[in-house]
Amino acid sequence: MNAPLRNSRKIFDFHGGIHPPENKTQSSGQPIRSVSLPEELVLPLNMHIGAPAKPIVNVGDQVLKGQKIADANGMVSVPVHAPTSGTVVAIGPHPIQHPSGLDAPCIIIKPDGEERWTALHPITDWHKCSPSVLITRIREAGIAGMGGAGFPTAVKMSLKEGTKIQQLLLNAVECEPYITADDRLMRERADEIVRGIKILQYLVKPAETLVGIEDNKPYAIEAMRGAAQGTDIQIVVVPTKYPSGGEKQLIQLLTGKEVPSGGIPAQIGVVCQNIGSALAMHRAIEFGEPLISRITTVTGDALSNPGNIEVLLGTPVKHLLNESGVKENRLGRVVMGGPMMGFTLHTTNIPVVKTTNCIIAASTNELPEPAPEQPCIRCGSCAEVCPADLLPQQLYWYSKTSDLERAQQYNLMDCIECGACAYVCPSNIPLVQYYRFAKGEVRTQVAEQQKADNARLRFEARQARLEKEAAEKDARRKARLAASKQKAAGVAAPSVDVKALKAASLEASSAYKAAVKELKAAQADDANNVAELSAKVDALKAKADSAKAAVRDANSGAAAPAAPSVDLKALKSASLEASSAYKAAVKAVKAAEQNGDDNVAELRAQADSLKAKADTAKAAVRDANAGTAPATVAAADPVAELKKAVGEASSAYKAAVKAAKEAEESGAEDAAALRSQADQLKATADTLKAQLRDAKDAAPAATAPAPTSAPAAAPEKDHTAERAAKMKALKTSYNMLNKMLKDSNAALERAEREGSDNLDAQRARVEDVKRQADAARNELNDLVDQAKAGIRASGSDLKTMKLEAARTESALRKKMKELDEMKKSADEERINVLYQERDLLKREADIAANALKSALEEQGLTE
Amino acid sequence: MTTVLIAVAALLLLAAVFGGLLGFAAEKFKVEGDPIVEQIDALLPQTQCGQCGHPGCLPYAESIANGEDHNRCPPGGEQTVEALSELLGREVLPLDAEEGADVGVKKVAYIREDECIGCTKCIQACPVDAIVGAAKLMHTVIVDECTGCDLCVEPCPVDCIDMLPVTPTLGTWTWHKPDGIGLKSENIIPVVNV
Repeated sequence: MNAPLRNSRKIFDFHGGIHPPENKTQSSGQPIRSVSLPEELVLPLNMHIGAPAKPIVNVGDQVLKGQKIADANGMVSVPVHAPTSGTVVAIGPHPIQHPSGLDAPCIIIKPDGEERWTALHPITDWHKCSPSVLITRIREAGIAGMGGAGFPTAVKMSLKEGTKIQQLLLNAVECEPYITADDRLMRERADEIVRGIKILQYLVKPAETLVGIEDNKPYAIEAMRGAAQGTDIQIVVVPTKYPSGGEKQLIQLLTGKEVPSGGIPAQIGVVCQNIGSALAMHRAIEFGEPLISRITTVTGDALSNPGNIEVLLGTPVKHLLNESGVKENRLGRVVMGGPMMGFTLHTTNIPVVKTTNCIIAASTNELPEPAPEQPCIRCGSCAEVCPADLLPQQLYWYSKTSDLERAQQYNLMDCIECGACAYVCPSNIPLVQYYRFAKGEVRTQVAEQQKADNARLRFEARQARLEKEAAEKDARRKARLAASKQKAAGVAAPSVDVKALKAASLEASSAYKAAVKELKAAQADDANNVAELSAKVDALKAKADSAKAAVRDANSGAAAPAAPSVDLKALKSASLEASSAYKAAVKAVKAAEQNGDDNVAELRAQADSLKAKADTAKAAVRDANAGTAPATVAAADPVAELKKAVGEASSAYKAAVKAAKEAEESGAEDAAALRSQADQLKATADTLKAQLRDAKDAAPAATAPAPTSAPAAAPEKDHTAERAAKMKALKTSYNMLNKMLKDSNAALERAEREGSDNLDAQRARVEDVKRQADAARNELNDLVDQAKAGIRASGSDLKTMKLEAARTESALRKKMKELDEMKKSADEERINVLYQERDLLKREADIAANALKSALEEQGLTE
Repeated sequence: MTTVLIAVAALLLLAAVFGGLLGFAAEKFKVEGDPIVEQIDALLPQTQCGQCGHPGCLPYAESIANGEDHNRCPPGGEQTVEALSELLGREVLPLDAEEGADVGVKKVAYIREDECIGCTKCIQACPVDAIVGAAKLMHTVIVDECTGCDLCVEPCPVDCIDMLPVTPTLGTWTWHKPDGIGLKSENIIPVVNV
């Protein structure tokens, strides 16, 4: 017996490990048997690690044995196949193989007992297929690690390009107590296993292939050695020690290499597969059979007939127990998996899946209730047995206090949860559960962090989007504004037209005047062509009149959309026009009188009406002036004085202009002189105006320091008051500058028309004034913006207040309406109530309106 | 006298050299922005719920950096307060949450889809764009993206949004902590010799 257990190669060792009672003989003696078909097969969509498969059948569908019923969902996933022929009776949640006892989606098949296979496609000459074809076949066959973890085998076999595999390890250690599934499998199907191993060799092309078997399975070792005869497969016997079957431990045992923390075996040139998986691969490739059954050890004290069963996947545990002669009165707990790493089932309704290597129906003596946890005595036994070379005691403290960071520093994540530490703990501390708890917390934390990062990204993306939308909206608004301005300019464009019209009108009237002169001369000469000339004069007059009318129309058209200040100007020009029309009419009357025309009376009447018109126009101008003048009056004395001076200067200028005009009209020689005088006067008036402006600017500045001496309790208010004062001053100065600009523009125009010498100087002045006006406007805009920002900052959202005011007002209006209606019905009590309600609403509306008003006023933004 | 002068000169020289070095380092290794704000923001749960009184987690992080109390984040719970205390070296403050607020229970919004009138108000309220839908069409919450901030519940005119606690799935379920000393843990399987 000892001879076959000797090894030809060196065996390494790993740290720690334990020797729990094996309890394998109960089940290892009997050959693998099968059981009857259960009533229902429950196939969870995740029998493996990774994403659950996607069902591709519907309830009521007939399925054949081996037919794919759910497809792999993503890379780390495997399909699910029907273990027998039958009908899909349900797709929905069902308790599955999970310690949580949670339900998960399952496909439930009712077998028809006919065991009709679907068409299978074996690959007999797999040596000729490329590895990728075989790996696809393995994946399509639904093979997941049969040792217990259930990692998709195809993923494990898909090695990165250029990975050199030194050793292919076959895990047949089966170190956990009670489990004998692999033992029986090797004893009975060693040939098939070896054929599977050959496929594996073909896929990973290792330098050597090692099958690790614990020395407590002599028959299996013998069978495997026999089957491996004549191949390069080495059967390596390892000493019995738990957990030699752990992947990392086995690698260390057989190769002496250690898988780095967080790494995978392929990194160190090792691939490790369970022999059950090798067998499944053989069946999948050489027979085309998908993974629909497995060998499961069904054992325990509560069974009269323990052993190994070839179970169809999806067979409920209850069915297996019944078939193995369960003694209900002895049954304590049912464990799925081994006693070290398995978990107690909440219900026996749970199906056997691809990873179920063992079911233990234990009596209460066999696997008793755990003893209560005692305080840690720091004996250090756990550290001695830890196969991962961790410090279980430290991990325990940190897990217990949820100090996850420290626990991770002590490599919590490298714990393989083998349970050796808990097994040796004299204080019965459920150490593994502490680690599982801490690991779960770490995973949750990572997931939450990821979710938080995701949320932050989404939040930022949203903010960016909103900002972009706001910017776009703003741009659109600006574009609209520009468009409307252009439109206004389009209206103003006629002002250019007006100019042209004016010029045409002037031309027409001068032509008319010339014609009249000619006519007069002809009349004086008693020339023959008097009639002809008079006709011409009439025609010209008509032309001139129509031109004038056109100018008037254009003016009134242009004046309409203009601001009040422009209105003033329009009024003035209208007045001037009216008076000149009146003068012309008077002249015409005089001429008619001289000529003794018939239509003198008519002309006189016309002249009278024109005079009346001119008078009203003048009055309007005066009114308008009076209206604007008080608005600009400032409190400061020097300002008032300056203003007076400005007024005097400008009136002097106006008088001079009048005189000049009269002189021009009368054709006097001193017209030019008078005009220049007028210009001089204007210059003085302008300087005075500038002085006035400066004085005004200075005035608020002078008044500003005054409030600062006031109690510092309300600096904000003082600030806003100051701003309001400044804003007011700026507004007036801007208006004045604007007026000046217009005046100087007009002067420039006149100068251009008359071909004056100092055109350049005038232009420069216009530019200067314009700049000043622009600066003033910009400053004003800034202040308005500031004030608006102030309102926002002060918390009282202007928009909300406006809305509130509007809301209360509309509520009040509604109530009043109701009241009116009620009055007709004359229900006094009701009316009284309504009156009260109305008063309340009125008060509310007033409050809201006042709040809005005061908020506006506070920021100096009176509308 | 010369010794004194030499000493003074040496000190001055050293001062100049080190001053230059410091000046150079200040320019060379200048940190853009306030790194502490980022660190604080990383600890906040990013629900963007505004329960702290700020419009989002980043503004609150800035405010904490400027001295505001770090206990105003109910979704983060005590853990966040502790983490912030450790980061900032401040005292651990009791969480400043409303009485009876179920702090720590993760919730997500669910729209009772039959009752949704398609007003889009909740879509506008969602700080992380986790609600999909269009005007006059039914809306629904992308559960994976929902931070449970509660902001969509208030604007709903037909009150068809519920905040439901997140139930554990196979993916999110974790082992619970053992009950402690003197108590048994039912998940343990003690192996004994029979």
